[in-house]
Amino acid sequence: MTTPVLSVRDLVVEIPTRRGVLRPVDQVSYDIHAGEILGVVGESGAGKSMTGNAVIGLLDRPARIVSGEVLLSGEPVHALKGERLRKLRGKKMGMIFQDPLTSLNPLLTIGEQLTETILEHLDVTQSEARERAIAALDEVGIPAARQRIGSYPHEFSGGMRQRVVIALALCAEPDLVIADEPTTALDVSVQAQIVALLKRLCREKGVAVMLVTHDMGVIAEAADRVAVMYAGRLAELGPVREVITNARHPYTAGLMASTPVASQGHRRLRQIPGAMPRLDNLPSGCAFHPRCDRAEPRCREEPGPSLEACDGRAACWFPLTEKTEVSA
Amino acid sequence: MLAYIIRRVAQSVLVLLVTGFVAFSMFSFVGDPIDNMLGQERTQADVERLRTQLGLDQPFPVQYYKFLEQAVQGNFGLSYRQGRPVSEILVERLPATLELAAVSGLLALAGGIGFGIFTAIRRRGPSASTIMTLSLIGVSLPTFLIGILLIYLFSVELGWLPSFGRGQVVDLGWWSTGFLTESGLKALILPAITLGLYQMTLIMRLVRTEMLEVLRMDYIRFARARGIREKSINFRHALKNTLVPVITITGLQLGSIIAFAIITETVFQWPGVGLLFINAIQFVDIPVMAAYLMMISVMFVGINLIVDMLYFAIDPRLRVDRTAGGH
Ligand SMILES: Nc1ncnc2c1ncn2[C@@H]1O[C@H](COP(=O)(O)OP(=O)(O)OP(=O)(O)O)[C@@H](O)[C@H]1O
Ligand SMILES: [Mg+2]
Repeated sequence: MTTPVLSVRDLVVEIPTRRGVLRPVDQVSYDIHAGEILGVVGESGAGKSMTGNAVIGLLDRPARIVSGEVLLSGEPVHALKGERLRKLRGKKMGMIFQDPLTSLNPLLTIGEQLTETILEHLDVTQSEARERAIAALDEVGIPAARQRIGSYPHEFSGGMRQRVVIALALCAEPDLVIADEPTTALDVSVQAQIVALLKRLCREKGVAVMLVTHDMGVIAEAADRVAVMYAGRLAELGPVREVITNARHPYTAGLMASTPVASQGHRRLRQIPGAMPRLDNLPSGCAFHPRCDRAEPRCREEPGPSLEACDGRAACWFPLTEKTEVSA
Repeated sequence: MLAYIIRRVAQSVLVLLVTGFVAFSMFSFVGDPIDNMLGQERTQADVERLRTQLGLDQPFPVQYYKFLEQAVQGNFGLSYRQGRPVSEILVERLPATLELAAVSGLLALAGGIGFGIFTAIRRRGPSASTIMTLSLIGVSLPTFLIGILLIYLFSVELGWLPSFGRGQVVDLGWWSTGFLTESGLKALILPAITLGLYQMTLIMRLVRTEMLEVLRMDYIRFARARGIREKSINFRHALKNTLVPVITITGLQLGSIIAFAIITETVFQWPGVGLLFINAIQFVDIPVMAAYLMMISVMFVGINLIVDMLYFAIDPRLRVDRTAGGH
């Protein structure tokens, strides 16, 4: 098998606080291959953004990686600092943020922001950079890119701005893109377009994409595999169809039952009782056990097992059994 | 944009009319200049003659109208004390104040922006915290005290720099400058520091706060995520955004340098319009006071107008005549 573009191994991120050390990311491992989209879902505060930021080396102090590895095409990058890390950002890995309104510098034209990034990473002349910038805008579907390159961000609508952001993230042709809720701040009508665009670029350019989202519809539409996070840990990881129709971790099952797309229409939506525990107040054992209807004494005493315990799919002592047929 | 400029100019004219009224009111309500001008041994005839000569016998609205008419032409009448046209005296004194204000303003701007950026970028460094602590002193010490301390240190103790006056000036006909002689430049140093220090610390703290704010923005994070180098992030992405809000305050600060010059000019006996104004108050020399007031307000209004125009130059979002072709 080929080396994955991104390989995260037992990643642990800690935040030292006055009331003890918090672990927003705890023993997380996953791979993303070229041309593949990994969806990352989970409740607010589950550690999705923290994982993405750790990969690209943009953790805000005092959060830091304390153990584990981040391998980019097999090369360890988690320990890189300063200039060497900066040279990788944009060139090898890019990031797309949630809000296109605030992601672009309001005082620079989109052309200036694009050419600056291109000149930073690629060995091209000013005019070649300009041509590349136009091509990048063209590629993300900005009409009349040549005319619009001198425009300022405020002259674009939200959806168009997110296209510009995507062009910026991809203009130096990175192998990996981390998209942290790229559609959350957009109108429903343009969300689907942006997802389709991401998916197309991923396939055409062979980029590995980590797509963080709350929207199971987006996951179902775009992702190849999906990682479910709960209180800093991976609860479940598997092919998207499998996970949606055949969840193995009780948390995933609950999540699916509470979202309209995944629960396939007619059944009533059920909310998981309770709320995700705060990091400074985690229960013993498996962090999900207080909300889990399958919890046994073992779940209270021992932390959840590694994914391998359940065919590499779910971190659960008592996973749901495989259904042979999808109930209608 | 044109409509905006016209509106701003109209507002400015209104402001000037109001200050004009205040300035003029002083003639009728503050003291009686005749008392000051003619000593104890005066005859009623002397008083009447002077009243007519100065136009003080006419009704209030007529006097106001005449005042405005003359003021627009830069004519503020005769100084009660010196008996010369006020405009002539002002023109004589103005170069001293403007040179002092220009040097202080430059000092405040360069130092304020420079130190502001430095302390924002090196937020946790020891030199940045030292500068921040020192700046607290700059903000809290009153101007006259700074002046006196500087005089004590550099003039009295060390004897390096003069403690008063403007040194030797070169007369260029319409302008007398202290920039061309050594003694003129030396004499400028202490007053310029005294006058500029407060503004400098203010601008510095403002730039620092704004810059820290900007450095937390998403687009800075996004620029980092694209591998843009720190230098470009600080000076291209962050600085420009920092300067937008800083411009207004800074503009007003520079305006107030000319106003604050009164104190510095008094401490250093600097022969500018500020000192002229202080002396005018002592002698209730109303025409001089009125002219000074008008001059200061014209400057403030002018600076305000320029600052607003600068906004347009720096922030594309305000250039509304560019049609937005959003989708
Ligand atoms: N400086 C900090 N101090 C303490 N806790 C922090 C700090 N920064 C983040 N956290 C915690 O880290 C956890 C992970 O946050 P993260 O932003 O990764 O969540 P998320 O899954 O992206 O959530 P969302 O869907 O809301 O974006 C959260 O529980 C948050 O409260
Ligand atoms: Mg998040």
